[in-house]
Amino acid sequence: MVQPILEMRSITKRFPGVLALSDVNLTVERGAIHAICGENGAGKSTLMKVLSGVHPHGSYDGDIVFEAKPVSFKDLRQSEAAGIVIIHQELALIPELSIAENIFLGNETATRGVISWDETNHRAIELMARVGLRENPLTPVKDLGIGKQQLVEIAKALSKEVKLLILDEPTAALNDDDSTHLLDLLKGLQDKGITSIMISHKLNEIERIADAITILRDGRTIETLDVRAGGVDEDRIIRGMVGRDLEHRFPEHTPQVGELLLEVRSWTVMHPQDHHRVVIEDANVTVRHGEIVGIAGLMGAGRTELARSIFGRSYGSRHTGTLTLDGRELQLRSVHDAIKAGIAYVSEDRKGLGLNLLDDVKTSITAAGLGRLRKGLTVDEHEEIVVAERYRRSFNIKAPSVTAGVRKLSGGNQQKVVLSKWLYTEPKLLILDEPTRGIDVGAKFEIYGIIQALAREGKGVLVISSELPELLGLCDRIYTLAEGVITHEFEAKDATQESLMRYMTVDARYR
Amino acid sequence: MNNLTNILRGNIRQYGMIIALAAIVILFQVTTDGVLLKPLNVSNLVVQNAQILILAIGMVIVIVARHIDLSVGSVAAFVGAAGAIMMTDYDVPWMLAVIICLALGALVGAWHGFWVAYVGIPAFIVTLASMLLFRGLTLVLLEGRTVGGLPDGFKKIGNGFLPEIGPDTDLHNLTLVLGVLVVAILVVLDFRKRAAAKRYNFEVLPFPLFALKQVVLGAVIMEFAYLLADARGLPIVGLILFALIGIYTFIMSRTVFGRHVYAIGGNVDAATMSGVNTKRVDFLVMTNMGLLAGLAGLVTTARLTAANPKAGVNFELDAIAAAFIGGAAVTGGVGTVVGAIIGGLVMGVLNNGMSLMGVSIDWQQAIKGLVLLAAVAFDVWNKKRAAGTGGAGAETEATPPPPDELVEELDRLDTDAPPGRETTTGVP
Repeated sequence: MVQPILEMRSITKRFPGVLALSDVNLTVERGAIHAICGENGAGKSTLMKVLSGVHPHGSYDGDIVFEAKPVSFKDLRQSEAAGIVIIHQELALIPELSIAENIFLGNETATRGVISWDETNHRAIELMARVGLRENPLTPVKDLGIGKQQLVEIAKALSKEVKLLILDEPTAALNDDDSTHLLDLLKGLQDKGITSIMISHKLNEIERIADAITILRDGRTIETLDVRAGGVDEDRIIRGMVGRDLEHRFPEHTPQVGELLLEVRSWTVMHPQDHHRVVIEDANVTVRHGEIVGIAGLMGAGRTELARSIFGRSYGSRHTGTLTLDGRELQLRSVHDAIKAGIAYVSEDRKGLGLNLLDDVKTSITAAGLGRLRKGLTVDEHEEIVVAERYRRSFNIKAPSVTAGVRKLSGGNQQKVVLSKWLYTEPKLLILDEPTRGIDVGAKFEIYGIIQALAREGKGVLVISSELPELLGLCDRIYTLAEGVITHEFEAKDATQESLMRYMTVDARYR
Repeated sequence: MNNLTNILRGNIRQYGMIIALAAIVILFQVTTDGVLLKPLNVSNLVVQNAQILILAIGMVIVIVARHIDLSVGSVAAFVGAAGAIMMTDYDVPWMLAVIICLALGALVGAWHGFWVAYVGIPAFIVTLASMLLFRGLTLVLLEGRTVGGLPDGFKKIGNGFLPEIGPDTDLHNLTLVLGVLVVAILVVLDFRKRAAAKRYNFEVLPFPLFALKQVVLGAVIMEFAYLLADARGLPIVGLILFALIGIYTFIMSRTVFGRHVYAIGGNVDAATMSGVNTKRVDFLVMTNMGLLAGLAGLVTTARLTAANPKAGVNFELDAIAAAFIGGAAVTGGVGTVVGAIIGGLVMGVLNNGMSLMGVSIDWQQAIKGLVLLAAVAFDVWNKKRAAGTGGAGAETEATPPPPDELVEELDRLDTDAPPGRETTTGVP
């Protein structure tokens, strides 16, 4: 029996009116990769905040034993000094500073306050090599892709002599290649004796690299599974997370496809700043009433650019081609035009483009369709509450009331608010960009149900997703996109993950 | 009881500044041996601070829309100077001159709006440039002199009072009638708001507390009206100010345009992607600020009975301070017209009270600086504390079931809904 590096015993954490963690136990073996799973709101993040001292000692009940010593961290600095480093989903890098500067931020190599740049850059290169990042250490972080930025974060953690590395949703924003690299890196660090705790919704990844899995539900420890003993697969994990068997991860759906709704012809989009760069080249896309159409492509293939260029030129104004909706050719000059024509776009960037986090649920829901609430000079606030309450009930949005702030809702519930906002504009065509990113399994199931119900009502749905099983389970038809070119069109029933992936990775420009 | 503390805690931001204002009023009432609230002094308080309060209304809207306007003092001086010259050198009838001046202010604001909204230059830079530009143009217009000899009708805007009507009662009747009217309107509005909130099962103040709030509010307004009536009645500029407060509160809280201002202040990208014409909103917000700066310039000129090159110096700083003391957020998206007015009154009472106590002007400046810092620090501290008590998992709080009435209304809507509405109803 290897001695545990970390033991958290009977952790109980209360917020006013809410029991966030109740008698939670977590034991992590030295040198293991330990995954924590649970739906959003299950208490994963709170548990990690207790561990890292964000919730200081004394604000919770229970004991933490790290490296055989009881510890009582008062803040993040104390836990980092002990060798516990947490990397959040939203990266904490400073875009304008270089890789080296970011790695040593707050921990500068300096004598009497004067930084030694030679030593800094030299040590940065060493650390970058350990995480497999081949870049000039003087490159500003903003010039790196998100995958490489993640590596910079890990290099930063290594510079702090990390013993226990906590990663919160490390691969949520990464494409498959970068994810694979990151997971391999974690394996490599494990060989060097670094223990990792990983919070993730991507069960296939967990299944692949975790040695043990602790499942939380409603602030309680449900079970800890030993992956090395075998018999643990995705269905087994899901069963623990939701407390029920999910026989079908996608609700039953019989497509009822009708007339042609959207037709995009010879659609070419140029980069808004770099006028010679073609982002989408000669794309042809159709969506019928009642049809769910998927767009499969790797990150950077131009998926979001395609969607936003259709949505009223919200991605620059330099594009050519024709857009026909219900047989009428449209010239959309602004987002407002697009909404009026009956197009809605749910962005992949929920907090950046989807919501005003200062708003409450009801104002968020009516933000795009506010014109419908116009009563004389004013906004009809009674009708607004009725509308918001209707969506809260039918979509099962878990908020204390429609006057609750959206900032405090979980990702899944925020996404339902955004969906409500767009449905209130009464669109004919819904474009959903990564509709289930960062959302737990239960909420995903509900959102799939909503999407299918919309298709049944005759709306056309265009879904962009990085998760191929999601596209295969949800869509009637799938386009593959590679380097801005539509490379193939599949009937969903004929497609497999492998065949999709083949057309997503072809060298499109030189076919 | 626990419930009550929760409600109070939730409203502390709203009431904090009112309490601070009340404390300052009481403090100076004591230290000045009751001079502060003598009728004539209250009347003076309104007249002396009107132009700053007018600017504060525009400024808080600009700040909510995540901009700033540094030029309002210079623009006020410029418009005032232009008006004075029109009325004296060119014999333009004063009412026409007022209309031209307001248009001129709006035009200057539109100039700012053009650069800020359509060219994309930060408002700080654009209005800093205008602060210099229009101060210079004021000097050019006035050629360094003070232009007086304005029509009496015009001067009334700054110095006049509502006419006496009705029986001779020692008090100004019309002012008292207006006071009663305002109290009645506010109470009715608040009752309706409470009834609506209750219908939707939202948390409301317990009735005794609600009643107390109405009584206190009513008493304060009536006392204010009485003090004014005991002096010379409601100043005309006071009437203008109260009308503006009403109009702009309505615009910001009840209209689509107001919603859009808060939306772009909270998250401009999300607002753009929701179909808000953000450029147009930015443009209109800056234009409106120019209009109000023009009005403030007219009021100042009328009160001083002359246009002079030094008018309006530091107005922008007082207006910005008022907005921030009143709870506006530097990052945009947060702030109210009433808050800015309270912030402006805090500054005004401080000025007036310290003057009455014989505090020298240099110390007044220093103390006002500290008050601004303290007010914003209080706000930041308050926000941090609020964030600490909310926290993760707050969404798991029990949801009160909607009241029967609402359920019925919802069900009715579900069945009566026209085809287009069925979006939300067929969903499992």
